[in-house]
Amino acid sequence: MAAHLSSGRVNLTALREAGRRELREFLDKCAGSKAIVWDEYLTGPFGLIAQYSLLKEHEVEKMFTLKPGRLPQADVRNIIFFVRPRLELMDIITDNVRREDRGRSPQRDFHILFVPRRSLLCEQWLKEQGVLGSFIHREQYSLDLIPFDGDLLSMESESTFKECYLESDQTSLYHAAKGLMTLQALYGTIPQIFGKGECARHVANMMIRMKREFPGSQNSIFPVFDTLLLLDRNVDLLTPLATQLTYEGLIDEIYGIQNTYVKLPPEKFAPKKQGEGGKDLPTEPKKLQLNSAEELYAEIRDKNFNAVGSVLSKKAKIISAAFEERHHAKTVGEIKQFVSQLPHMQAARSSLANHTSIAELIKDITTSEDFFDNLTVEQEFMSGIDTDKVNNYIEDCIAQKHSLIKILRLVCLQSVCNNGLKQKVLDHYKREILQTYGYEHILTLNNLEKAGLLKLQTGGRNNYPTIRKTLRLWMDDVNEQNPNDISYVYSGYAPLSVRLAQLLARPGWRSIEEVLKMLPGPHFEERQQLPTGLQKKRQHGENRVTLVFFLGGVTYAEIAALRFLSQMEDGGTEYVIATTKLINGTTWIKSLMEKLEPAPF
Amino acid sequence: MSRARADEEEYWHSSKFRAFTFDDEDDELSQLKESKRAVNSLRDIVDDDDDDLEKVSWSGEPVGSISWSIKETASSSSSSLEGRDTSLQKGSSSYAALPKQVSSYSLSSLFKGRNRLPSLPSLSDAFSDTGVKNYAPELRRPRAEYKDYSNDWSPRDTVRRMQRGKVCSLERFRSLQDKMVLLDEAVAGHDGNVITAVLIFLKRTLRREVLFRELEVRQVALCHLIHFLKETGEQKLLLDLLRFLDRTEEVALSQYREHLNIQDVEKKREFLKGCIGLPFSAEDISHIQDHYTLLERQIIIETNDRHLAMAGQSEIFRKYPRKASILNMPLVTTLFYSCFYHYTEAEGTFSSPTNLKKTFKIPDKQYVLTALAARAKLRAWEDVDALLTTKNWLGYTKKKAPIGFHRVVEILQRNNAPVQVLQEYVRLVEDVETRLNLATKYKCHDVVIDTYRDLKDRIQLMAYKCKVERGSAEEEKINSLLSNMQIRWKN
Repeated sequence: MAAHLSSGRVNLTALREAGRRELREFLDKCAGSKAIVWDEYLTGPFGLIAQYSLLKEHEVEKMFTLKPGRLPQADVRNIIFFVRPRLELMDIITDNVRREDRGRSPQRDFHILFVPRRSLLCEQWLKEQGVLGSFIHREQYSLDLIPFDGDLLSMESESTFKECYLESDQTSLYHAAKGLMTLQALYGTIPQIFGKGECARHVANMMIRMKREFPGSQNSIFPVFDTLLLLDRNVDLLTPLATQLTYEGLIDEIYGIQNTYVKLPPEKFAPKKQGEGGKDLPTEPKKLQLNSAEELYAEIRDKNFNAVGSVLSKKAKIISAAFEERHHAKTVGEIKQFVSQLPHMQAARSSLANHTSIAELIKDITTSEDFFDNLTVEQEFMSGIDTDKVNNYIEDCIAQKHSLIKILRLVCLQSVCNNGLKQKVLDHYKREILQTYGYEHILTLNNLEKAGLLKLQTGGRNNYPTIRKTLRLWMDDVNEQNPNDISYVYSGYAPLSVRLAQLLARPGWRSIEEVLKMLPGPHFEERQQLPTGLQKKRQHGENRVTLVFFLGGVTYAEIAALRFLSQMEDGGTEYVIATTKLINGTTWIKSLMEKLEPAPF
Repeated sequence: MSRARADEEEYWHSSKFRAFTFDDEDDELSQLKESKRAVNSLRDIVDDDDDDLEKVSWSGEPVGSISWSIKETASSSSSSLEGRDTSLQKGSSSYAALPKQVSSYSLSSLFKGRNRLPSLPSLSDAFSDTGVKNYAPELRRPRAEYKDYSNDWSPRDTVRRMQRGKVCSLERFRSLQDKMVLLDEAVAGHDGNVITAVLIFLKRTLRREVLFRELEVRQVALCHLIHFLKETGEQKLLLDLLRFLDRTEEVALSQYREHLNIQDVEKKREFLKGCIGLPFSAEDISHIQDHYTLLERQIIIETNDRHLAMAGQSEIFRKYPRKASILNMPLVTTLFYSCFYHYTEAEGTFSSPTNLKKTFKIPDKQYVLTALAARAKLRAWEDVDALLTTKNWLGYTKKKAPIGFHRVVEILQRNNAPVQVLQEYVRLVEDVETRLNLATKYKCHDVVIDTYRDLKDRIQLMAYKCKVERGSAEEEKINSLLSNMQIRWKN
């Protein structure tokens, strides 16, 4: 089930195991049979930690989704609410508890498990409703960093960027620091910390403070990570706005990957048995899990989409050849061997079928005229062409009422690539957007301005060209099939964030001091003392391990770029990636938009 | 106008940009087809029992996963069936249905009763359980209530304990100085949960002016309070605070945001009217004014049109019944509506397009685009013609399209304009390459022929002959051109 977590340089199964242990301990506190009422948002992340079987072993007999009204009948001793600490969820719980039949026997006990933190505000709220006393156990389950893959951890906290940069609420940074402390408890103290940005500085400070305040946390584990690099998302606002062009990135851009699952239109996944076909064509979306446990996916996920087709066709030939083998199997031994390989071959076949279908779906979109036009404009902006005037394509898109998020992504991209827009240009876009999509979006535009995604160019100087040239963010000769640089993930644009990581490893940030000063927030280095016995003596040729933590979100294309660096033969560094949330331009902009629909209840 | 296609192509190929297309000799599509074929051919060989391999239900949920089990266990419980099924099937992505926004009943209600209830429940009361109204059955006395209670923690210890999720009494921090030490400790701990808890305590125990003054020099705590007030919907206190801080633009926007919660249009209009006087930034104020004017206008139009539509006298409403009300629609949508239903009205009426154009200073380009789309949808080709015709002072008429004629053609084509109409505008597309492309695509033979003639391109003209019908007027035209000795062909 979790084999893919141990495939990387750092065995993340330990982290998952720690999470499972904590969960078991809590469940055992509530003696007897139980039903869990789920905050639906949590089922995805929890699914990465534990399956139903684990819960069942601990007497969880029923599971429901949290919603207002009377709780379903269930003959269990305990009802446990698994919720995020949010006031609107407390309202639902209150409603549930109030409607509980007092006369029923046996009575059911109520408990709350807050994920990831207990909230005093929520408890106060429950108390005001007069239901706080109904809960016997009120605990927290600190699901801070969830292992997604062998080299990937996420907090799946969707509002971190907004909270940090819009509301100046650093609570999720506190959770990030907590998560890092847990990680250090399991994998040893990380001797070197580098960072860039205000939030990075905060997290490093908190880590150092936490370490000081809990001297008992000094552990004697040999450090697995050599370096921690903390990066603020607002150091690189550009990258998530561009369309990701890796296979996994495009799947996310087009269909959205949630907790490693993707839902796809079912038409291309027709049922296998031809005879039965016809009437029962699937109408529900096809849901697939995507992670490195699937061999083929691990091979193609990080490739530029243009290089995926050739891999698939090669695979097809290999599999066909393997199945052909059966004709040559003459002896019983040979046949036996063939049969023993059959399950593996069948898995490979079904995996190939799935990815061929997905690739077809994606190709329909990437070959469309609009995708091409959109990409052209993005690439113009990123390479610094015509960023200072109103763009015709954007205007056309507004006129044709393309989705507002698409427009905002492009306008923000232009703004970032021009270090802000001229007053006239900014006013023009704003006006067109408000007139076409509604004046109330002025609130969203305001949020984007506050977050620095959309701004007025001040001082009349555009420093983006300097940054682009110094960090080599635009590469003319990109090789999508056999890449030699990270810029392949955006077919020409090398993600700034990953460039920073790359340059930190070699030759070091001293070489780019000037540019670092142009980017927002401080850059810094901290060292954490290790007891003498734990200091690493590096074997010759052994790679260093760096944990890169993206505060405010990371895209799949950036992850692909870091994996590319890990695999470089003379790279010398392997990367593990952590983040507050896996994002793409669309989900990111959405998180910054003002919620315009009033509450339905 | 977008860069002409031809230029774009040339620019694309000659410059450093890499198109996201597939090389011809290594065509991805054929590769995909190849692997698809392989996969399909293998179906015959492989039997169907690979269900053992992936224990996945059709929806893709691995059997035994949490979300799968919720469905399973829920559906086995009979009483949970009512209405549950739909919500369950949506899967976790549907979570968005639960709003973040806290509206009617919020924490603010706790404080509204301040004057009436002298002894207000505090955080520490959470464990003493006295004087609280019981709205709900207290099913069992929690054991947790009696543990872990001490009165003697220092500010730092208090904060640490709270960080660990334990509840401490804050009541004994009485002096302002103590309270501020506590707040600073909480801020230094960076745990928003604790900071907010302390702020709730301060908010309750300090006079508003004192609290504001102290927070002014504590930016982090201040941000938390603002965020908290927004979350809980304590609009009045929030506005007071922002005003105290002189953050006038935020006051304005925050107040303006309220309109989203108003359902009744009349009330919303009144509210927006009140917003006009708020201290918005210079750029924003005109938009707010426009928002008000637009809604005011929409209310008038809506009242009239609903009446008209119901009376059934007006042909346009009978023929094209309105699908939705125009209330709260964006300006451009409103303009489209007015071009559709009220095109010929005099400028004096509120619903006439020209009036909207003038009132909201809609740019020519936007106006023409919208009007064109509306009239083309009604297949009112004369209107289209008139819209694109300008007269100069000598009385000569000339066709002009601020959006470029290629866009005109696109819009007309989308509305199934007849070739005669289409042709007229294809002819006016300035860029030769684009014109030829469009003309060929939409079979405007005359335009193609004339263009090749003007280009003196005999070869292309000959080649085009096979695309027109045998014996048609077009073929004749080509023949006569080809035999015309006056033309100096370039090839």
